[in-house]
Amino acid sequence: MPRDDVTAETRQSFTKVGTRPLRPDGVDKVTGRARFGADMAAPGMLIGKVLRSPHAHARIRSIDTSKAEALPGVKAVVTRDDFANRTDELRDILVNVMAREKALYEGHAVAAVAAVSAAVARKALRLIEVDYELLPHVIDVEEAMRPDSVLLHDDMFTAGVDPVPDQPSNVAKRCEFGHGEVEKGFAEADIVIERSFRTEASHQGYIEPHACLASVGADGQGELWCCTQGHFMVRDTCAALLGMDVSRLRVIASEIGGGFGGKTTVFIEPVALTLSRKAGRPVKLVMTRDEVFRASGPTASTSVWVRIGVTKDGRITAGEAVLKYQGGAFAGSPVEPGAMTAFACYDLENVRAIGYDVVTNRPKQAAYRAPGAPMAAFAVESVVAELADRIGMDPIEFRLKNASREGTRSAYGPTFGPIGLVETLKAAKAHPHYSAPLGNNQGRGVASGFWFNFGGQTCVSLNINIDGTVGLAVGTPDIGGSRASMCLMAAEELGIEYDRVRVIVADTSSLGFNDVTDGSRVTFASGMATIQAARDAVKKLCARAARMWDIPEDAVVWEGGYAKPAGANAGDFQPLSLRDIAAAAAKTGGPIAGHWEFNAENAGPSFATHIVDAEVDPETGRTSILRYTVVQDAGKAVHPSYVEGQFQGGAAQGIGWALNEEYIYGADGKLQNPGFLDYRMPVASDLPMIDTVIVEVPNPGHPYGVRGVGETSIVPPLAAVANAVSAAAGVRLTSLPMSPPKILAALEAEKGAQAAE
Amino acid sequence: MVQVRLSGTFKSYAGGRDAFEIEAANVRQLLDGLGEACPKLRPILDKGVAVAIDGEIYRDSWFQSLRPDSEVFILPRLAGG
Repeated sequence: MPRDDVTAETRQSFTKVGTRPLRPDGVDKVTGRARFGADMAAPGMLIGKVLRSPHAHARIRSIDTSKAEALPGVKAVVTRDDFANRTDELRDILVNVMAREKALYEGHAVAAVAAVSAAVARKALRLIEVDYELLPHVIDVEEAMRPDSVLLHDDMFTAGVDPVPDQPSNVAKRCEFGHGEVEKGFAEADIVIERSFRTEASHQGYIEPHACLASVGADGQGELWCCTQGHFMVRDTCAALLGMDVSRLRVIASEIGGGFGGKTTVFIEPVALTLSRKAGRPVKLVMTRDEVFRASGPTASTSVWVRIGVTKDGRITAGEAVLKYQGGAFAGSPVEPGAMTAFACYDLENVRAIGYDVVTNRPKQAAYRAPGAPMAAFAVESVVAELADRIGMDPIEFRLKNASREGTRSAYGPTFGPIGLVETLKAAKAHPHYSAPLGNNQGRGVASGFWFNFGGQTCVSLNINIDGTVGLAVGTPDIGGSRASMCLMAAEELGIEYDRVRVIVADTSSLGFNDVTDGSRVTFASGMATIQAARDAVKKLCARAARMWDIPEDAVVWEGGYAKPAGANAGDFQPLSLRDIAAAAAKTGGPIAGHWEFNAENAGPSFATHIVDAEVDPETGRTSILRYTVVQDAGKAVHPSYVEGQFQGGAAQGIGWALNEEYIYGADGKLQNPGFLDYRMPVASDLPMIDTVIVEVPNPGHPYGVRGVGETSIVPPLAAVANAVSAAAGVRLTSLPMSPPKILAALEAEKGAQAAE
Repeated sequence: MVQVRLSGTFKSYAGGRDAFEIEAANVRQLLDGLGEACPKLRPILDKGVAVAIDGEIYRDSWFQSLRPDSEVFILPRLAGG
């Protein structure tokens, strides 16, 4: 952390942190009182609707909106002409928000209307005439990389290659990480296994569709209510796209029904603001589920090749991977973190990971929990499992023998500080799950995973109220129970009860800039800011007590929620509680508040190891998940229930990604399953209770040792489930999702191979 | 002098070179020095990178101090989900 006044020591004992009180927003959430993105209304409000491309790839020759504009009840129509062109880093976001020269994927926005009702708005969309010149399309990552592929952007020249290619392609970037001499390492191996793997695009699957209400007044000042993981990001991006001063746009984050990374960018918000500005009235815009699937970000689909060599006694001599990720129609697939994390769990002398960022005619990918890492882990951990089996070594012992630990030079470069991978492996091996018996057609899989975790810009205010209660304003939307964690940390520092602290997610005009709720950063960064703001308030509380006692400020200490004289020489005074000092605040100098703003660094990486038992029905190819255990390093679990919830949620999403979820495209480049009936996410009846073990290896970069936990939990499950299914089926599965038809085909192929032998 | 290593796409902007010796006491001086030593890298550095110092990844900390023996890597600026 750049500020040397942030306390670096790791606190060991707690009275509030580590307990499990009810979440402060719980009653609102279960009674329907909580207000989500679509719950806001305003007088005179219009309904916005978006016209989307029915074609996977088409040049837009012209857009005629005259008939729609003439329809009674239509108050505004916007197209590309209503958004100023850009050439900077916001260009791709702008083009994704509203198509310009070309529609780059089915579902790409090409126009939008605001009307007095949804019915009129829908009718108006049908009256907009778009003249398309159809173009051939490409959906598959390998096809998109071919030299003769359809080209999406004639100005895309592969970055990361020297010299820069003289021909455009669909490969936006090449990256490479690693060290040592890979071929020398493979020459030292007794066994080398190489395999190719595929994963399909999966959607974050948040329950709440994107929704917003925009209101721009005649004076050019705007307000935007929206569901987002980062309202400061929304404000700055929208203000730039609309040419507004940042100070003239106030964004209020609603409650959020899930995000998982998918709400870390803008889609409909700039459109709603532009419609409102044009109509002079508030505009509400809510995506349908169909639109969420077709036009908001799923994650990348991938093709990954892995080669790993080992000695007979289980030492990995070299690891190599080539990762190809398509991230939709724009550069920016998460292949870099994929390549960096692929071998992060292993202490390797010789390692190389090469990544390619590829564009296709699909919606622009958005971040999804530990972006890029689960697909890489699927490939690497599958080969690791196969190697352990081949040399007859227990898979956890094999991982322990090669595990990254403090002092290991990571596969992506830097040397690890204190990390908890070994602790998760040992805890997994000791867990009763690992030694439980298995039945027929059942298999057990293990996999480990890594994520960096991030900090970021953070600003909080903590106000002491007149009755001694505390109001805490944070700028990071609560998507995982973070308000409860903030209350606990504030209560811990102030020495008051948990329910004496109330947290709000403040709007963009009330706090300094806060980065998005992403990167597993909130309990770490907003939590650290909360701790420091509380300490700032404590200093002021002690100063007020000193004035009331007429003694020097440094003669007062804060203990257990009371200001006390520090030692016998300070005088003999009855301790003053926070409530006492707050009640006298008006007469001792006015309001008392703590504040903290900083750029949090040193988030401390997180590792996890998962164990899963699966049963495969050889007749139908259907997989049942019988038992699942997550073991993960949390550094310090502030609210263990929400840490466990993050562990369980990541595992559940990973199971869906491994077994069922996929974007299915027709030959026409159109998505075939844009709904939850055909895009099959796991429901409660599909899953066993997911057991959890919290490992705590303190992060020295946080006063309590906290590490983020929101993302690492989705890194191992793809591989863990694949290893379990492969063990149960007796054949290695290399393509996700492992749907029944794929498993049956693999079983048939294995039978055929055995018959041929 | 601090030794800084390049990875990811950065080597390609440095003609394949993966290590530089830069006179720098903090991150800002390091990035300035690296940009001078390798002009092709400057726009990439200006756009935003991460700097790993002794195993810790910093995304925006110009004034983070460096020791001559610090292990320093330039990494892509990543985001989470």
